[in-house]
Amino acid sequence: MTVAKKRGKGMTLSRRRAITGLLFVSPFIFGFLVFYARSLYETILFAVSETSIEGLGYTRSFTGLDNFVKAFTEHPRFNQFLVDSIISMVVDIPLIIFFSLFIAIMLNQKFKGRTVARAIFFMPVLLNAPAIFGALEMVRAMMLGGTSPAPAAMLESAGSGGGVSIGYYVGLMRDLGLPNAALDYILGAVARINYVITMSGVQIIIFLAALQSISPSLYEVAKIEGATPYETFWKVTFPMVSPLLVTNMVYTVLDSFVNSRVLQEAYDTMFRELNYSLGAVFSLVSMVCVCGILGISGWLISKFVYYHN
Amino acid sequence: MESLKQKLRAFNTDTRLQNEKRRMIRWFASFLMSLFRLTLIVGISYVILGPLLGIAVSSFFSNEDRYSPVVYMIAQNPTLDRYRLTITEMNYFSVMWNMLVYICSLTVIQIAVCSMVGYGFARFQFPLKKLLFACVIIVIVIPSHTIMLPLYMTFRHFDPFWLFSLFGAEPMNLLTTLTPMYMMTLLGAGLRSGLYIYIFTQFFRGLPKEIEEAAFVDGAGTMYTYVRVMIPNAMPSILTVTIFSLVWQYNDLFYANLFNLSNDWILSKRLNSLQSSLAGIHRITDPAISALYVYAGIILMILPMILIYVFLQRKFIEGVERSGIVG
Repeated sequence: MTVAKKRGKGMTLSRRRAITGLLFVSPFIFGFLVFYARSLYETILFAVSETSIEGLGYTRSFTGLDNFVKAFTEHPRFNQFLVDSIISMVVDIPLIIFFSLFIAIMLNQKFKGRTVARAIFFMPVLLNAPAIFGALEMVRAMMLGGTSPAPAAMLESAGSGGGVSIGYYVGLMRDLGLPNAALDYILGAVARINYVITMSGVQIIIFLAALQSISPSLYEVAKIEGATPYETFWKVTFPMVSPLLVTNMVYTVLDSFVNSRVLQEAYDTMFRELNYSLGAVFSLVSMVCVCGILGISGWLISKFVYYHN
Repeated sequence: MESLKQKLRAFNTDTRLQNEKRRMIRWFASFLMSLFRLTLIVGISYVILGPLLGIAVSSFFSNEDRYSPVVYMIAQNPTLDRYRLTITEMNYFSVMWNMLVYICSLTVIQIAVCSMVGYGFARFQFPLKKLLFACVIIVIVIPSHTIMLPLYMTFRHFDPFWLFSLFGAEPMNLLTTLTPMYMMTLLGAGLRSGLYIYIFTQFFRGLPKEIEEAAFVDGAGTMYTYVRVMIPNAMPSILTVTIFSLVWQYNDLFYANLFNLSNDWILSKRLNSLQSSLAGIHRITDPAISALYVYAGIILMILPMILIYVFLQRKFIEGVERSGIVG
């Protein structure tokens, strides 16, 4: 303490606190500058120049936006992968968020064996290892005699009906006058249910935590005022967990982005085809798209968010 | 007709009967609710655990069982051969030990650094604080895939501040070593460090200031307060970050591939090459049989995480609830 006093002589307390604070944060500042800021700058440099590899090194020559034009007009798969990934993200966000909110509300009720249920619902996070997926995919491909995983996926989706005639229900819903777009979405959601369940482990935990932190007195008040459970949900539960909608949305988007095909393509382009510039363009473009999605959906969700304090 | 109406009126005015009726309805509603909940939970648990169970069960199948049409789920001649060969082929115990040492040390560094940075953001006022916290958000939002190429280059020709070239030495090649991972984690730029910093910041913000003030009044320095007062109070979020960090680091294949880490350290890489080495060395080319070995490998791979999770599970879920993920 005395040492600190001597060193800090002539400084105001707030000044000294500021310096201590900066010291605490300094590893992050340093890491951000060295690894993130610099790398982002380098990625942009790669994207706007032509890279040629010579021996162990490489040279860059500035070409402007040529690579972007090339990626969008010449590359055979990039457009398709980008659009696919964006669509699947946009479809997944509401599905995963509503599913996990629903499950969290259910797990928050008091019933026998809920600790076990919670443990099971978090399991997918443990099992979400790319290595395991890779191994299973390879096994499936080998069994089908080919090396491409595509037939496996087709076989699976064909078999998922499991004896239930889906056509009947589709016809039923169409007769009810559901628009085709809504029908497609519902069918897609049903087909993705397995994926949705495995992707929402962390989100369920986050919503559960939020639900636990709602003070019981709010529910008491609602009950005394004569609110029905439906009203209680919309007036108490939903506003109180709404700040976490944004957190979960960000987490969902990033999680599905990391597993998307467009990033796989970027990785392959960089390290298999050794086309650094094109790969950099891919990752930059997809990053901008993800930030756009985050911005738009964050803006949309923030209309429903209620901040308690 | 008249008598029926009378009876109905009598029923409607009898409060005891009315209460009985209401109780019945309520009981039935709650019964339906639990039934619905049970169905849903069992169904979803099946979706989650079903594949795992299938993999676990078939990893005990012997060759005859695999091809016998009557065997379903339970093996007739269970065998441990799959595990025996897989363990030697993956060099399981030594690689597992290496990997546990690796991810545990990373987790410890992760917690030390991220909690420190989080504390700094939560409790101190300094210039550019808002901007720096925005940088934390940027780190969370930017996927590490975007910066993978420069990272690769940085560690391929590692030359901190051009010092090596200044003294005429060649830049170092740090790929295939564990140094890049340790270096990034130490500087708060490791696997999902941004998220952990965010969790810790939110948690420290939620702690009452009085604890710290009491420590200051009693003459504790900043560092002493942080280590002896704040860290013990942050146990829930430390537990949360520990589990997340262990699991994600364990499952991570992205950095392992990017930095080309040796498969003496990374079990996932062993699992990925298991099938080809079975075919190449042991001449097990029947895909149906070699799948069983891969299943055994998968079980071996997730076993440690499941054990850790089962031990920490109850505390973990309680911990998350108080950990400051909730802003």
